[in-house]
Amino acid sequence: MTGVDTAFIEVDRVEKVFEVRRKTGLLKRERRQVRAVDALSFTVARGEMVGYIGPNGAGKSTTIKMLTGILTPSGGRLRVAGIDPSRERTRLAHRIGVVFGQRTTLWWDLPLIDSYRLMHRMYRIPDARYRENLDRCVELLELDGLLDVPVRQLSLGQRMRGDIAAALLHDPEVLYLDEPTIGLDVVSKARVRGFLRELNAERGTTVLLTTHDLQDIEQLCSRVMVIDHGRLMYDGPLAGLHEAGESERTLVVDLERELPPIEVPAPARVVRVQGPRQWVAFPASQSAAPLVARIAAVCPLVDLSVREPDIEAVIAKMYAEKATA
Amino acid sequence: MVAAMWIRSTMAYRASFVLTTFGNFAATGLDFVAIMLMFSRVDALGGYALPEVAFLYGLSSVSFGLADLAIGSMDRLGHRVRDGTLDTLLVRPAPVLAQVAADRFGLRRLGRVTQGVLVLGYALVTVDIDWTAARLLLMPVMLLSGAVIFCAVFVAGAAFQFVAQDAAEVSNAFTYGGTTLLQYPPTLFARELVRGVTFVLPLAFVNWLPAAYVLGRPYPLRLPAWMAFTPPLVAVVCAAAAGTAWRAGLRSYRSTGS
Repeated sequence: MTGVDTAFIEVDRVEKVFEVRRKTGLLKRERRQVRAVDALSFTVARGEMVGYIGPNGAGKSTTIKMLTGILTPSGGRLRVAGIDPSRERTRLAHRIGVVFGQRTTLWWDLPLIDSYRLMHRMYRIPDARYRENLDRCVELLELDGLLDVPVRQLSLGQRMRGDIAAALLHDPEVLYLDEPTIGLDVVSKARVRGFLRELNAERGTTVLLTTHDLQDIEQLCSRVMVIDHGRLMYDGPLAGLHEAGESERTLVVDLERELPPIEVPAPARVVRVQGPRQWVAFPASQSAAPLVARIAAVCPLVDLSVREPDIEAVIAKMYAEKATA
Repeated sequence: MVAAMWIRSTMAYRASFVLTTFGNFAATGLDFVAIMLMFSRVDALGGYALPEVAFLYGLSSVSFGLADLAIGSMDRLGHRVRDGTLDTLLVRPAPVLAQVAADRFGLRRLGRVTQGVLVLGYALVTVDIDWTAARLLLMPVMLLSGAVIFCAVFVAGAAFQFVAQDAAEVSNAFTYGGTTLLQYPPTLFARELVRGVTFVLPLAFVNWLPAAYVLGRPYPLRLPAWMAFTPPLVAVVCAAAAGTAWRAGLRSYRSTGS
């Protein structure tokens, strides 16, 4: 592998400082500097699929915006495919695709297909390529009946799929997804995830994805980066994140009748009992199966479910640990 | 291609298009009606007779109308900056300026140009001009340079919106306000104001100076005769300045929180 391949996205001590002005009097204003991103460094290799997570206001979107050239960093070095995004934004635009979950890049009043035709022209995609990519997206994202519908009439899930297709017509080498599954129902989420997995496997597209949904990461990404207060808190596999944050999953079991807390092997433990229902916490890195088998063997089990830890809880735990360490 | 899309986009709201085009035509038309009403009371305005004022009016309106048609949707930039939708334009491989301009191609703005052309036509028929080759040549040069100067003002105003976020009205004062000013003879205004629009914000080069030459009138501020032929130069300088301001604005863009 060449240098560009191992560090396809290169972020080196990048920072972004915003100046916030606050009214303190009738005309007086207080200036305050906010560090949205602080000495952030990481690299992403070509073909990697990386989850980028963190609480609200952590600096995720700011990072993505710097990587696409929307925002100019206040300091540090940034390269995507060897290009400095803020200096050569339009040249980079040909090589990246961007999907903002919160807002559409499609033309609001026009039918979906017209937006694609405009992309075709704007990105100067060769005709054959365009047709091939469009057909593929239409098939895999199930856009068949939607092409003639004006964008403003699409549902959120349909629009999101339309947006993803729009970002991929020009064969981008990098795809940034900012909350791609936000507000989608289970079926739409599954469809979007399936498509992204296939895209990454078949085309080797590098994907950087921000999300609040740990399941997105679990199902898509081999690597996860956690950012908070503009700093990188964790970079590694998701399992490692659970270990680092000592995060726990919760097994909720419904028994036939009220019973005293079930005896489970440590480190699992019963954390709550309410009538016939009991909550059992166990490390997120472990499988639930042996625990379930064990409980089923000793108790009359009616129903059960597993609850995943949420990102905020995991990060909160990581903090607590850093503070005590 | 892109123009066809604008038209389709506009035609998605057909009734609105017809009404706003007509409204635009009528509203701008009323401007001139106001001038004609004045002339029913007086014979001359600042030494200019009705056909001559119509000449100034037509030149200013056509120049401005062309600029407005091309990039008048710049005033929407403030919205885009505030709600963050500018982001989506920034990730595409086309100049943002062109995309913002194309955002809502103002077909309805045709009303303004049409009205300007009509008034200019009336002026050319009625006003008594001693046509020479230089004067004839100056006509298209003047209209084009004027349009570029107005475009530059639009762009500079848009660049200002990156900083001020909600200042469409400030730039409107210079664009829409500027064209209204130019519709009247320079002799009506205080010397300081005329100086301002000559040397600071060079709107005088849109029509006052070159039109004075075509009409064989004394120049405002007693400027030398060759100044009438400088509008293209002024336009180039303005465009360059506006371009610099625009790039600076774009670099300071901060996007929104999500």
